[in-house]
Amino acid sequence: MGSGKEKKQAEKIKEISGVNPLKCMKCGKCSATCPSFDEMDIKPHQFVSYVINEDIESLVKSQSLWKCLSCFACVERCPRDVKPGKLIDAARQIVIREKGMDYLKADEIPELLDPELPQQLLVSAFRRYRR
Amino acid sequence: MQRIGVFVCHCGSNIAATVDVSKVAEMALMEPGVVHAEDYQYMCSEAGQAKIAEAIHEKNLTGIVVCSCSPRMHETTFRNAAERAGLNPYMVEIANIREHCSWIHKDVEEATKKAVILMRAAVAKVNLNTPLKPGESRVTKRALVIGGGIAGIQTALDIADAGYEVDIVEKTPSIGGRMSQLDKTFPTLDCSACILTPKMVEASAHEKINIYTYSEVENVSGFVGDFTVDIRKKARHVDMDKCTGCGVCQEKCPSKKAPSEFNRGLNTRSAIYTPFAQAIPNVPVIDCDNCLKFKTGKCGICAKVCQAGAIDYEQQDEIVTEKYGAIVVATGFDTIKLDKYDEYAYSQSPDVITSLELERVMNAAGPTHGHLERLSDGKAPKEIVFVQCVGSRCADDRGKPYCSKICCMYTAKHAMLIRDKYPDVNVTVFYIDVRTPGKNFDEFYRRAVEQYGVDYIKGQVGKVIPQPDGKLLVQASDLLDNKQILKEADMVVLATAIEPNPDVRKIATMLTASIDTNNFLTEAHAKLRPVESPTAGIFLSGVCQGPKDIPETVAQAGAAAVKAIGLLAKDKLLTNPCTAQADELLCNGCSTCKNVCPYGAITYEEKEVNDHGIREVRRVANVNNALCQGCGACTVACPSGAMDLQGFSNRQIIAEVDAICR
Amino acid sequence: MSIENKEFKPKIVAFCCNWCSYAGADLAGSSRLSYPADVKIIRVPCSCRVNPMFILRAFEKGADGVIMCGCHPGDCHYSTGNYYARRRMTLLFSMLDYIGVENGRTRVEWVSAAEGVKFSDTMNGFVEKIVSLGENVRLGDLRCRK
Repeated sequence: MGSGKEKKQAEKIKEISGVNPLKCMKCGKCSATCPSFDEMDIKPHQFVSYVINEDIESLVKSQSLWKCLSCFACVERCPRDVKPGKLIDAARQIVIREKGMDYLKADEIPELLDPELPQQLLVSAFRRYRR
Repeated sequence: MQRIGVFVCHCGSNIAATVDVSKVAEMALMEPGVVHAEDYQYMCSEAGQAKIAEAIHEKNLTGIVVCSCSPRMHETTFRNAAERAGLNPYMVEIANIREHCSWIHKDVEEATKKAVILMRAAVAKVNLNTPLKPGESRVTKRALVIGGGIAGIQTALDIADAGYEVDIVEKTPSIGGRMSQLDKTFPTLDCSACILTPKMVEASAHEKINIYTYSEVENVSGFVGDFTVDIRKKARHVDMDKCTGCGVCQEKCPSKKAPSEFNRGLNTRSAIYTPFAQAIPNVPVIDCDNCLKFKTGKCGICAKVCQAGAIDYEQQDEIVTEKYGAIVVATGFDTIKLDKYDEYAYSQSPDVITSLELERVMNAAGPTHGHLERLSDGKAPKEIVFVQCVGSRCADDRGKPYCSKICCMYTAKHAMLIRDKYPDVNVTVFYIDVRTPGKNFDEFYRRAVEQYGVDYIKGQVGKVIPQPDGKLLVQASDLLDNKQILKEADMVVLATAIEPNPDVRKIATMLTASIDTNNFLTEAHAKLRPVESPTAGIFLSGVCQGPKDIPETVAQAGAAAVKAIGLLAKDKLLTNPCTAQADELLCNGCSTCKNVCPYGAITYEEKEVNDHGIREVRRVANVNNALCQGCGACTVACPSGAMDLQGFSNRQIIAEVDAICR
Repeated sequence: MSIENKEFKPKIVAFCCNWCSYAGADLAGSSRLSYPADVKIIRVPCSCRVNPMFILRAFEKGADGVIMCGCHPGDCHYSTGNYYARRRMTLLFSMLDYIGVENGRTRVEWVSAAEGVKFSDTMNGFVEKIVSLGENVRLGDLRCRK
């Protein structure tokens, strides 16, 4: 189990994503369906157990966070309603919120613009925090 | 005033760990009418029951309250115990302090408080109880079995062998059910038809068994021992008595484009057809939707070629009404529709098939005459991928939350049979878990791996992509190697989830048998009464109760038969005495109660009543106790308060309300 | 208010039909699915046995909420009982609402014998609702007050 901070972060991830990772039956359909699978260091199905084990430190450091295309194929096909894509999305928000004190202002966008970042991430983050 | 004894059960630690049982007994003594209270470890044990009997004798008890588990569990036990001790069994009430209290609460103080209140409510009720005497009803010594698959056939045979008449109602033109569609059976690889057809023949030849095929249950009324059932015999348009089963009509029928239900739509059949060669009865039916005679009026070839003159285009549906003492439901299952699983490309490629379709492909009487071939181009496959848990164990609304139970085993069977017959074909199975509980089951699965070289990969298939060259690209995960796999296959076989036959909901409603959210019929008790419905006289056989393989189905079919025989062997049944009763002095003759009664148990009669010295003839309600089932609809409908329900009277329920709100 | 609410233990009467919802409550029990002890269940043969009088009596005697559970529509053990119950309760509840017993204090819920989870969820939700509404002051017989 993770540290106190990680415990809080894990709770936050569950809250933001609305996902109960304990529902996972470890079938691996998310990893079977993921188009960025080869690019990821932590695979989609592992993401779920990282959240369960509250190993958030590794998660936020992982490349997978930024390799996920948010295509939501795993969300669509997960038979257990666990939706790893949403967990990944929530983990990204944890990172961004910590950087930007929970808020992302429009004028901060330019400096965040990294050609490596998936466009969709910016769009979704911007949509959520425009106020 | 009643003399009430209160008995508080510890149920080992089930109750005593959360409820202060001695406190409950102590508090009971403060209730009106209570002259005796004690607690004991296991009230339902022989010693516990003896304590009740002893108290009845010693303290002259007139009423009993047992604070224990649910009345659905042990009400009968305690009522019988009271009866043996000379007390009317309906003077016993149960306070449910286990399921409704100790098992759901953690705080001892809170749970004890609640237990005391539940005890008080029961005491308040018993104070108003009156002795009741059950009536008697007769038993029709005939059983109905709904569904003619292996479950229905086995149940019917067992009941018939015990000497009782049985009718089987089967919706399709032939008995045999799903098992007749299977090629081989696990774990012995018996030929399915070889073990099923003798049973079908036995059932049809049995003098006590009468089979209605191409028929459906239309209406059910009555109750245990005395059901009245309307059966719709759908028009076959072929005279069953005249037809010799020669099959010429099917050969000559010009309309041959209807998808064959028996072959799961993989090939076609004629408009006049028997589902398969060994069909029982071997009498075809005319499918009016595809028959040219019915569609255009022109044709009539079958009538011309029939030497026996059995074809009758004018035949109409017929309703048969029969009486039965017991009804066994054996409606079986179907595979789920895969339209919500686009990722497996089932609708895009004919080479993606379900396991049941593979059974037909492997079967010598199937669409490919038993040759393993791709349905798109008839080529022999070299690479076959099996996908497990398609629609099973799903938490979303695309599939079913339960494990379909049979898929792991039949997939091992398929893989083994393919590797045996076609050693050059590679077989890969993607699985989440391999579940093989059952005699010789795991050994069977291990043989598939060790002896036949089937490649089992732990992981799920995410996507099947049909390629321009006709191959299927399978994208899957390998969880043990933490890899994603891309594999080209010639065929993909989906272990599709099974679901209860969709008609079962309609049948359950007719039988007032309870059914769960997955459309499986509910058993009376999950462990102790697994083949009975909570509705008396209704028994469950086969997959209609839950997923099962063939040996389990046959075992349960036998068990359901035994329960039905146990009922049919009785000459009389005791009826529930908790029936409605009208106070003729209060009745105003309005007929409201008669209109809400679902059993037609209420009649009105002109009767001389003595209303405080005034003798006059009035129109008053009269309840037939043999018909009344005690629902209480009339008691609430009655505007003058004349109708009351024995055992659940207005005063009793109000006393309970008062005790709870005190 | 909030402190009071925490200590407020509502009195809740649940009428459950013998065939579906009482069995559902049993299943909730054997599955150890907890719900507040404030709920006390009265067993009736069918939801159609629940006389509106019983519900009025409960409120009169100080109940803070009354819930009635029956088989799902179409699944009634007596074929049609829950349809009668549904109509009766619709009328009763709107009348109760009119005289000041808010709609949140009364509820009809269909729970089958296989729905232990639904039973406990329903009871948890109902108790939460009653706690938020506070004590029932309408209809209560003043002599019942302590």
